[in-house]
Amino acid sequence: MDTFFLVVGMGLCILVLFVLYRVVYGPGVFNRVAALSAIGNKTLIILLIMGFVYHRVEMFIDISMVYALLNFIGTIAASKYLEMEGGIL
Amino acid sequence: MSITTILAVLFMVGGLFFFTTATIGILRFPDFFTRLHATGKGDTLAVLLFLVGFCFYEGFTLTGLKIVFIAVFMFLAQPTATHALSRAGLRCGVKPWMKKEEKK
Repeated sequence: MDTFFLVVGMGLCILVLFVLYRVVYGPGVFNRVAALSAIGNKTLIILLIMGFVYHRVEMFIDISMVYALLNFIGTIAASKYLEMEGGIL
Repeated sequence: MSITTILAVLFMVGGLFFFTTATIGILRFPDFFTRLHATGKGDTLAVLLFLVGFCFYEGFTLTGLKIVFIAVFMFLAQPTATHALSRAGLRCGVKPWMKKEEKK
């Protein structure tokens, strides 16, 4: 089962690398913010998988919870800021 | 290998499939709103499938209860974030993608 978790975690890391292309080269601010939100979702799952691999999931679950909150608040703050500024792109 | 482990593996493989489709969508779709459509729905479903799989693997413990809390929070927060971001894009004047013949 540990091997399965390792394989799934490596697949998610490769997907994060692919989404990072959109963060670096994406046209405009909004594409970058959307891609960062997608990377945050994948990181949430990668943290839980790290907890299952190291057999210390009761510690990693709290970090993952805080990461979900920060990802949501970051996306909301970025979208509110861009909406308020108007034509920043 | 027990039945809950098999269920957990099935849910996690489904979640990895939906993460892969969302990544292909965010790389290949033509403009901002279509990319947001791909990543908003695909990532939400993938995160929920992964968390249900973890919950089956963990069983009835405090950690499983916290995983259920994360699942409920993601189910509420992810559509809200997607909606706020798409509304900000629409108000800032991001042009939606159209077909060539409709543009004339």
